[in-house]
Amino acid sequence: MGYSNFLLLKEELSLVAIIILLIVYDLFGSQKKQQYIHPVACVLFLLHTLLNFFPPEACEAFGGMYACSPMGSIVKTILNIGTLLILLQARNWVNSESVIIRRGEFYTILLCTLLGMYFMISANNFLLFFIGLEATSIPMAILSAYDKYKHQSAEAGAKFILSATFASGLSLYGISLIYGTVGTLYFADIPAGIDGSPLQIMAFGFFVVGLFFKISLVPFHQWTADVYEGAPTTATSYFSVISKGAAAFVLMSLLFKVFGNLIIEWQAIFYAVIIATITLANLSAIRQQNLKRFLAYSSISQAGYIMLGVISGSAAGMTSLVYYILVYMVSNLAAFGVIAIIEYRTGKIDIRDYNGLYTTNPRLSVVMMLALFSLAGIPPFAGFFSKFFIFAAAAQQGFYVLVFIALLNTIISLYYYLLVVKAMFIEKSETPVAPIRSDSYTRISLIACTIGILVLGLLSGIYEHIGLFSFGI
Amino acid sequence: MNFLSLFVLIPVLMLGGLFLSGTMKQIRTICATGASLLLLLAVTLTVMYLGDRHAGHTAEMLYTASAVWYTPLNIHYSVGVDGISVAMLLLSSIIVFTGIFTSWKMEVFPKEYFLWFCLLSIGVFGFFISTDLFTMFMLYEIALIPMYLLIGVWGTGKKEYAAMKLTLMLMGGSALLLIGILGIYYSSGGNTMNILEIARLSIPVALQRWFFPLTFIGFGVLGALFPFHTWSPDGHASAPTAVSMLHAGVLMKLGGYGCFRVAICLMPEAAKELSWIFILLTGISVIYGAYSAIVQTDLKYINAYSSVSHCGLVLFAILMLNQTAITGAVMQMLSHGLMTALFFALIGMIYGRTHTRDIREMGGLMKVIPFLGVCYVIAGLASLGLPGLSGFVAEMTVFVGSFQEADLFHRIMTIVACTSIVITAVYILRVVGKLLYGSIVDSHHLELTDAVWYERFAVIVLILAIAGIGLAPLWISDMIRESLGSINLNF
Repeated sequence: MGYSNFLLLKEELSLVAIIILLIVYDLFGSQKKQQYIHPVACVLFLLHTLLNFFPPEACEAFGGMYACSPMGSIVKTILNIGTLLILLQARNWVNSESVIIRRGEFYTILLCTLLGMYFMISANNFLLFFIGLEATSIPMAILSAYDKYKHQSAEAGAKFILSATFASGLSLYGISLIYGTVGTLYFADIPAGIDGSPLQIMAFGFFVVGLFFKISLVPFHQWTADVYEGAPTTATSYFSVISKGAAAFVLMSLLFKVFGNLIIEWQAIFYAVIIATITLANLSAIRQQNLKRFLAYSSISQAGYIMLGVISGSAAGMTSLVYYILVYMVSNLAAFGVIAIIEYRTGKIDIRDYNGLYTTNPRLSVVMMLALFSLAGIPPFAGFFSKFFIFAAAAQQGFYVLVFIALLNTIISLYYYLLVVKAMFIEKSETPVAPIRSDSYTRISLIACTIGILVLGLLSGIYEHIGLFSFGI
Repeated sequence: MNFLSLFVLIPVLMLGGLFLSGTMKQIRTICATGASLLLLLAVTLTVMYLGDRHAGHTAEMLYTASAVWYTPLNIHYSVGVDGISVAMLLLSSIIVFTGIFTSWKMEVFPKEYFLWFCLLSIGVFGFFISTDLFTMFMLYEIALIPMYLLIGVWGTGKKEYAAMKLTLMLMGGSALLLIGILGIYYSSGGNTMNILEIARLSIPVALQRWFFPLTFIGFGVLGALFPFHTWSPDGHASAPTAVSMLHAGVLMKLGGYGCFRVAICLMPEAAKELSWIFILLTGISVIYGAYSAIVQTDLKYINAYSSVSHCGLVLFAILMLNQTAITGAVMQMLSHGLMTALFFALIGMIYGRTHTRDIREMGGLMKVIPFLGVCYVIAGLASLGLPGLSGFVAEMTVFVGSFQEADLFHRIMTIVACTSIVITAVYILRVVGKLLYGSIVDSHHLELTDAVWYERFAVIVLILAIAGIGLAPLWISDMIRESLGSINLNF
């Protein structure tokens, strides 16, 4: 093994470099300099994003343990953009009184989870995959408990770590059974040994549960609402888009690459899981009053839609899934950005607190409305296109009934998204949220999200570009 | 760039202009200019279209243009018009034009109101010029969603309930539609979204049986197909005046147009096989709508149920699947669009003065507001099909067309549907008598003032259009019939 192998880990290396730089800056920078850690982190991360913007050639390193692929790189770029937006939105919270003493660690921990996702995406061996999975989970528990003096936040952290370890344990058990039946952990060699024996199907079942948990699909979604509600809003938005998006992509590429032979079995599993996820989550979302819980259930149902790309097992499914993640990311981050700034300034988080928001904060309301319309799949916003393509991919394989059920659910989801729009635009309030002047970081991120919502769909190039690198079974 | 795209581009520019505008004067200037340009464009298009057809252009659609949008699914931005779309574009531009003038004095959030109004127009105009399934569907939905806020914010009465019901029902329809569209796309086997190309391919009949009802109901919800019409009375009654005009006048026509253009033209075999179910349903729409209108006391509800009845007649005629009936259907869309817009405009104006829409609380208004009164009578006469106005031509064509279908079922249904003319006369004359004649019920009404210039302007434009079609219907019915000739060869 030559050390030149390390050079192939370009993306991971530059991320590690940023993490180290930030640790050093935080440890040795003077008090005065530490004020600038936020811009420094944003700029460094922006450089990292730009540096790794163009997908590399496919390659393998460390004897096939690690594989870089153009598709994986595109997903990493999407995650980078999302993380950058979250970093921008985090400024208020990170500089708030109770968090400021732990400000530096936030960046390190956040980027560590991202590093874990990178490894999950590029893993070509179950061992590396599992390391990535764990490297993602544990820092995420810290993130959700970051407001440690808030009861809910501590509770969220405890809930997350308990259920995450349990899920990882199940996954690991599945992996060990797979190793037992096939005798290898390399993705490239496993498919030859997959013969669909009951033991393998059981192993597969255990294995996917770990990822179902990460993506929060029903019935492994119970942690979601509590953790989303309790965790700091920045962490919540990170869970809802970045961690979910990465896990969804990893699940799909594993199913395509490793478990392609079991397609009949896993399509059946997904069929049931998708219907349960979308329907239950939508019905639960209707009754939520707290916006973070509301978006938690909304994001569970969105995960169900994302899985429609997986079930098709085709290249079109992969393209639409990755595209969906991108669109979902900008839409959800726009919504969370608005929620975060309003929560930070006023502490208000219930839907009825948003009554009459348009009269006092027209811009924020419009951004929120665009985000919700995009999540609901209303044209001409990006969400419409992503939904259409993912439905088209599923319908192509003949899953018309499933698409039909999913479509009926979009009506339910439209109902509850409209409830928020109604609160902002139609309801009157005696005490609306006072006019808010958001800081420039939040503003940049919201503008970026809005542009994304408006143009991602109308410009066909992005979808087509993703389509160049996708593969089916 | 194809000049048809101007129909979308002008509202988009209006949208941009409104976004930057500040004062009421700027807003009005932008809206009036834009709407006049659209009207001018529609008239020019009609003249050009007639000229080109006269000169011997026989293509199915004229002025076609196409640009690739999404390669993987072969989605294009493609436009083109035939006689039917030209008629619809003309209708839409008249209604948008008069709608802007009816909302001249909008006071609450005028900028936002007109922004949504323009977005709605983008959807409507875009829908009628597109020939690509995906683009059509997208624009269809763009036309639906502004309704929620237009009714919710600027409406009256149970506006929140009505807005939510309308949006969810129509979106439910478009969910069915999306399945239908995906089904058509994949089962036609041609990897094309262009409706002209799909019409040349044949979709297996077994699959058509699935996708025809989905598509037809999907569009039918917007065309007030029984039992999916319940959004319509509440929605129309709660919407602000110009929005009711646009919604009943144009949006409901999107349903009829879509039913014809997508469901029937692309899946003619299934249409023939299953048309009886929908003829029954539309028959119910026609009769039930008319009877419901009789018992209502709210002016807007009366007109909304009347719309259900008239739009039911549109779908009814389309399902007869013969040239005359479908020509009648398009004429009826045109006539009903103008007439109902006139009705809603007048109701809005009366409501703005009396602050009630309950006919029991009004009476003898002809003496105090003669202009509005006379116009209301004209609208009523058009609605019950007086010769010389557009309603007569349209309904005549529809019933002549449906009577051509000689079997017992069609004959009976035609006769049943015909009775709606009588019922229409009942509820129209009842309202006219109660509202305009007799003695004045409320002494406050003595001080009412008659219509002001922008109201008169809008109303006169609509009446001219109605009388114009009624007096000289042939050029337009020929235009429609000619287009049908090239489409409906395979029935």
